[in-house]
Formats: sequence, structure tokens, C-alpha cells
Amino acid sequence: MEKPLLFTRDLSIGYPTKKQVSVIASDVSISLRMGKLISLIGANGIGKSTLLRTLTGIQKPISGEVMLNGRIVSDYPPSQMSQKLALVLTEKLPPSNLTVFELVSLGRQPYTNWVGKLTADDIAKVNQALHLTATTHLSAKRHFQLSDGQLQNVLIARALAQDTPFIVLDEPTTHLDLQHKAALFRLLRTLSSETGKCILFSTHDVEMAIQLSDEMIVMNRGNVIQDTPENLIKMGAFDRLFDDETIVFDKQKQRFVFRGF
Amino acid sequence: MPDQKNSSFFLLLSLLAVLLFVLDLAYGPVSIPVEDVFRSISGGKASKETWDYIIVNYRLPKAITAVLTGIGLAVSGLLMQTLFRNPLAGPDVLGLSSGSSLGVAFVVMGAGLIPGILSVWMLSSYGIILASCFGSFLVLLAILAVSRRLRDTMAILIVGLMFASFASAIVSILTYFSTAEQLQKFTFWAMGNLGNLSWLSITILAVCISTGLAIAVLCIKPLDALLLGENYAKSLGLHYKRAQFTIIIATSLLTGSITAFAGPVAFVGLVVPHMAKLLFRTSDHKVLFFATVLFGAIIVLLCDILCQFPGSDVTLPINAITSLIGAPVVIWLLMRKRKTFD
Repeated sequence: MEKPLLFTRDLSIGYPTKKQVSVIASDVSISLRMGKLISLIGANGIGKSTLLRTLTGIQKPISGEVMLNGRIVSDYPPSQMSQKLALVLTEKLPPSNLTVFELVSLGRQPYTNWVGKLTADDIAKVNQALHLTATTHLSAKRHFQLSDGQLQNVLIARALAQDTPFIVLDEPTTHLDLQHKAALFRLLRTLSSETGKCILFSTHDVEMAIQLSDEMIVMNRGNVIQDTPENLIKMGAFDRLFDDETIVFDKQKQRFVFRGF
Repeated sequence: MPDQKNSSFFLLLSLLAVLLFVLDLAYGPVSIPVEDVFRSISGGKASKETWDYIIVNYRLPKAITAVLTGIGLAVSGLLMQTLFRNPLAGPDVLGLSSGSSLGVAFVVMGAGLIPGILSVWMLSSYGIILASCFGSFLVLLAILAVSRRLRDTMAILIVGLMFASFASAIVSILTYFSTAEQLQKFTFWAMGNLGNLSWLSITILAVCISTGLAIAVLCIKPLDALLLGENYAKSLGLHYKRAQFTIIIATSLLTGSITAFAGPVAFVGLVVPHMAKLLFRTSDHKVLFFATVLFGAIIVLLCDILCQFPGSDVTLPINAITSLIGAPVVIWLLMRKRKTFD
């Protein structure tokens, strides 16, 4: 079996507060391979963001380490990290006149010269990213003119243009309706299988994630498990996802049902 | 295609800048024919000796100061608007000019408190420039510290206004304790004046502005990355703290040195970058930087020409003109571009 792109060793995550260290989860064992689409699920406030921040080297682990491409993730200087990992975040873009093409081109910054001039190769990569995300027709539009779904695709194109083996998306399906959620999942799936990238994303759409991801990371209070959706269902990992007796996971239907209404 | 359009815009703007520069030399209480202006600045002799004297000793320094002021303020406005993710940021709005004023006020009105030689040095151009840059630098740092806590862009503007009133309060306390002579000196400075600069002062100003601009050019790529916000910029390999610090140094050098020599000139830093953005319709700082440089020179030269009341020898303070033009433009911008200001 090929070596994983990212794996953890004796990892504990959490954050130091003023007086003590609050640990969110320890013994986190995660291994991410190329060409896989992996979703991260868990209730609000369980620490998904902390896990993502630790995996991407923004935050230091409490103990243990995250290895990316054979090197401790927080040891990468920013310039090298930007060639390994691309992000798609939930935060709003600041006001600017950026066109879609310019926005996606910014993904080439790790490769351009001191003034950021695009070479023919850079332009080809940008066009390819626009093509893969089916956003070529938007390239002359301003980013504030796009719908939420279009903007999400454009931000993914920007991450693709960054040409990294690893892409992390923070809740990319929020603000989207069912149709656009499905389209986004489909896009992520095609991208991971066709480009061979490792794509990790957090989401609250558990049922869709079960159907469409290769593997899932499930965060419950204090523990983190990674496996294929089928195995996770067998294990009953989704039963304890929410701290609420009235929400139960139905294994046959592969969805959550509500009791006592 | 857009490149071609941009080049023709740049060509037009450059021609306009040169035209206004010559007009600025020709126009004034004494009108001098354009041919004589050319003859005089190309090292020859104008038809009248007094014209030569006026151009070389009065109008040429003033026009050069206008160009330097326009370029410097406009570029520092551009830097701040991107750094603070705020289209309404500018050296005066964020209180930088007030910070500079405070620095200068301390030097001009507080010089009596410092002993002998030191006070003489502090009152020289170098001392004033240093105090002024230091004042704007401190205000920038303070605003930066506040903006880390307040993500809301409008709140940052209000904090800038508060800094401005805080600084002017201290200035008024200082004026209360100063002599009539010191007060007069400070008041004239605060009205803003592009003229009366010696060639030595202009050289110092030019060196400061060129340094500031050179640093700003190095910031072009980080500025582009910052258009996506801090976190994206970091993920693109940007050394955020370092970039932020470099931008702040450039900005306080530009604003501080200009404010020291020409007084607090309002609105240029806020409005000019928007003119560049409107005409070139881009956020690419490679284009915006040079567009802002040209527009800055054009606008301040134009304001300086307008300061000369036609047919009389009255010269209005530059600050009055820039505010008269600037304030309505800002309101118009707000109404027109509401979408991007959200």
C-alpha cells in the first residue's frame, strides 16, 4: 500500500487557555491518502475547526505530531506549505474589484515572481482550474456578482490553481440548497478521483457525506474515528453523533430519524 | 485586450500630468506664457528676468512638492485601503495626519522645553519630519492593534476618528500653553502649504517619498494576496506579520514626511485610489500602483492650480480645495458603489 499523504502520530488536539490546557481529543489517528475524498463530521462545537487547524499546521498540537509528505506540518515555512496545501474557507472576501479570473490567478502566487506576474504556464493552470470547476464562463465577472454556489466553485478553482496535493475545505456546503450541495459533492468527488488530490472537508450534511465520501472522520466527544462510511455505519459511529436521545441514526435507511414528535 | 486599454489609459494620464505640471508653472498671480515656462525650465532665459526668478524659486518648487504630495498620499491611501480591507481608509480618515500633526505640535510648540542645541535641531526640517513620521507611525500601530480586535470595518473608521479628535484635543491643550509666535507657526503649517519649501527641503521630501514608494512596490504581491483576506493570504505563503509591518513602514514614511512639509492635506489619500479603481476597473496592484501615482500627481496639481484665484493674487490653502472636491466625491462614491462597500 502506498504511503499516506498525511498521517498523525499520538496526536492530542486542543488549545491552551490561560490557566490550563483543554484537550479536545487525544489518540487521534488519521491517515489521508491521495485520490480520496474524506469528510469530517461532528456536532457544532465538538472541535472540528480545531482538528482542521491542527491538521493544516495553523495550530500546534497539544502533543504528538501531524506528518505531511514526510515532514512535521508546522515545520513547513509558509512558502513551502503553500505548495502542499490549499484552503477553501467560509469567511467572506473583503471588498474589491477582483474578477473571477484574477481571483483564481491569485492561487498561483506561490509560484509567481516578486511582483506576481503570470507566466503562460500559470495562465494555463488557471484556465484548467476554471474548466474543471465549470466556471470558465464566469471568468470576467466580479466576485461580488456571483451567487453563493458560483462563488464556492470559484473558490475551489482558486484552490485547484494552487496546484497542491492536499485541499482542505471548511464547511463548503453551508448556504447552499440541496441541488447545489449535490453538485458540489459531485465536483469534489470528480476532482479527487480525476486529479488524484486528497480532499478533506468538514460538513454538517452527514447523510450526503455518507453516500458520497470515500472515507469519513467522525468526531464524538473525546474520540475521533476514521473509516469508510459502510464500516462506520456497522460500528454505530453515527448513533452517538448528537448528544440528543430523540435523534437516532437508522442503519437501513442510512439517515437520521426523529423520535417522540 | 485589457492590457492594451490600460497602456492607452496610462499614456493619457501621463500626458495630462505633464500638461498640468506646465500649467501649474504658468498659472498664478502673474501669468507666464507657456513658451517662456519651457524656455526657463530647459535652462534658457524667459522673456523677462522676473519670470525666471518666479519659476525657479517659487513655482517649480511648489509644482514639484504638489507632485510628490499627490503621489505619496495617494499611494499610502491605496496601501491602507487594502491593508484594512476598508474602501474608506485613508491617511486623514484613520487619523494618521492627526498623529503627524501631534508630533509636529510637540516639536513646534514644545521646543521651549527642550534645552538649547537639541531644540534647534528638532525645529529643523529633519526634526519635524522625524516627529511627523513617528506620530503617524504610532497612530497606525494603535489602529492596527484595535483592528485585530474589531473585525468590523466601520468600527475601525470610528476608532480613526476618535484618534483624530484625541490628537487635536492634545494639540489644543498645547496651543493653550504656547507663545503667540509658536502658535502662528503651527497654524500656518496646519493650513497646508505646498509653496515656500526650500530646495533642500524638497530634496529631503523627495528622498522620503522615493523610499516609501520603493517599499510600496515591494508590497505589490502581498497586497494582491491580502485582497482575499488574512487567512487566504497566509495560505498562499504570505508572511503576514512581515508584510503588514512593511506596508505600515511605507505608509507612515509617506504620510509622515508629506504632513511634515505640506501640512495635513485632506482627502487625496482616500479619493485618488478610488479614481484609479474606477477607471482601470481592476484590483491588481501592479496596475493600481502606477495608476494611483499618476492620478495622485494630477489631482494635487489640479487643486494647486485651483488654489490660485483667477485674476487676483490671493492663494487659497490647498486643504480647502482638496476638501471641497474630496468630500462630495466620497459621498458620491458611497452612493454609487454601495454593493462593493458591504
